[in-house]
Amino acid sequence: MTLLAELLDGDRRALARAISAVEDGTEQASVILAGIHHRVGRAAVVGFTGPPGAGKSTLIGGYVSALRQSGRTVAVIAVDPSSPLTGGAILGDRVRMLAHAEDDGVFIRSLAARGHLGGLSATAPLVIDLMDAAGFDVVIIETVGAGQSEVEIAELAAVTVVVCAPGLGDDVQAIKAGILEIADVLVVNKGDSPEAAVTRAQLFASQHLRSGEHRAVPILTATATTGQGIAELVAAIDAKLGEQPPRKTDSAQRIRRMLAAQAARLVRDSVLAGTDPTIEAICQDLQNGRLAIAQALARLFAACAQPKPPEKTD
Amino acid sequence: MGKHHRILLAKMGLDCHDTGIVIIAQLLRDHGYEVIYLGLHNSAEAVVRAALQENVDAVGISFLSGQHMTQMRLLMEALSRHQLDLPVLCGGVVPRDDADALAKLGVAEVFFPGTLGPDLIERVGRVLERQDHAA
Ligand SMILES: Nc1nc2c(ncn2[C@@H]2O[C@H](COP(=O)(O)OP(=O)(O)O)[C@@H](O)[C@H]2O)c(=O)[nH]1
Ligand SMILES: [Mg+2]
Repeated sequence: MTLLAELLDGDRRALARAISAVEDGTEQASVILAGIHHRVGRAAVVGFTGPPGAGKSTLIGGYVSALRQSGRTVAVIAVDPSSPLTGGAILGDRVRMLAHAEDDGVFIRSLAARGHLGGLSATAPLVIDLMDAAGFDVVIIETVGAGQSEVEIAELAAVTVVVCAPGLGDDVQAIKAGILEIADVLVVNKGDSPEAAVTRAQLFASQHLRSGEHRAVPILTATATTGQGIAELVAAIDAKLGEQPPRKTDSAQRIRRMLAAQAARLVRDSVLAGTDPTIEAICQDLQNGRLAIAQALARLFAACAQPKPPEKTD
Repeated sequence: MGKHHRILLAKMGLDCHDTGIVIIAQLLRDHGYEVIYLGLHNSAEAVVRAALQENVDAVGISFLSGQHMTQMRLLMEALSRHQLDLPVLCGGVVPRDDADALAKLGVAEVFFPGTLGPDLIERVGRVLERQDHAA
């Protein structure tokens, strides 16, 4: 069987390899993506976002247990930032999900953001498609709430859960503008901490101030480490899932976004590398005022479109 | 776009500290690797399933309390049960006398106490280069 056929058959190893193909942008990835789109659109996609340390991964571990008890299969994508200096990353979210290490109904994949500015990996939307096509009932995506990632996750997920917690030095007023707009469910985690009630009150006040402007969002309290509040979280997510189609954007739109994100990265990397003589000349001309920005852009895109000469190997 | 090497790091058995392996994780990250960290007390089956799902290029296990022979045997068995052909690296408090036995089990590299960063990075790089060629 081909990798594509195995993937559609639900084979876990094929899924794992297909994800790598898509992440690395190999030719095989194009074949796979073209071959799955008739099978995409069934999985319920649930996003979890919020500041580092809020307890997203731990909470997802508990949420996955509840989903498994109700007989649903689950795939999780856990995204962490890549080091901007080396491109390396430490992806540690699985540590909080070890209860599912030997469950065939759970598939967890860690992704490094790989330089995508939003904090979400540029290929995450396609990885969701692969998991969807492999037959998982629910696809969960965890991302650190930074930069543009909240907005991106809200565009991808049918339901977006924003997780906050007391004591992160980041009080709720300071939680970035926009978070209430994208949240479908708000969770104050670390309910065992005495300050959780304060965080919750702040969220309520903040929501109240904006009422009229925005829809009311359920605000739950949970203690991920004990499982307290998980049942209510499942109910709140299921209620929101019931209100809309499982996938928000169609695959044409996702391909479009992915292409835009990859193109932005390609151009940015080429410009910042400072090694391409054509691009260096464009920068010089800009600096000397010999080129207008629009002309510089036109020349830059032409330069980026040129195939690169093979690298010298000696 | 472009290949990034991915390495799974885990502790197996009863060890209660992960300071050493976390330092290795940081070292690998600082050399451009994507490290999937699995934490403490993993079973062989859990390590292999994680390696499979994450589609890693290598697995690294660190030991402190003398269980390396037993645990490595279990891990190699689990890998072959799942027909997963991956280089396995092992390090930590492992006596040099066990080098041959570990090699016989199929362990690709053993990092004994006192291994320096640059040496580790070079040897990991070599193992992965071999793996890339085999793939
Ligand atoms: N006290 C307490 N600690 C928690 C709770 N949930 C998570 N933690 C701890 O908070 C830390 C960060 O959790 P993690 O799930 O990795 O957060 P993430 O960065 O948002 O994914 C870990 O040490 C967890 O054990 C909770 O409900 N109560
Ligand atoms: Mg996390």
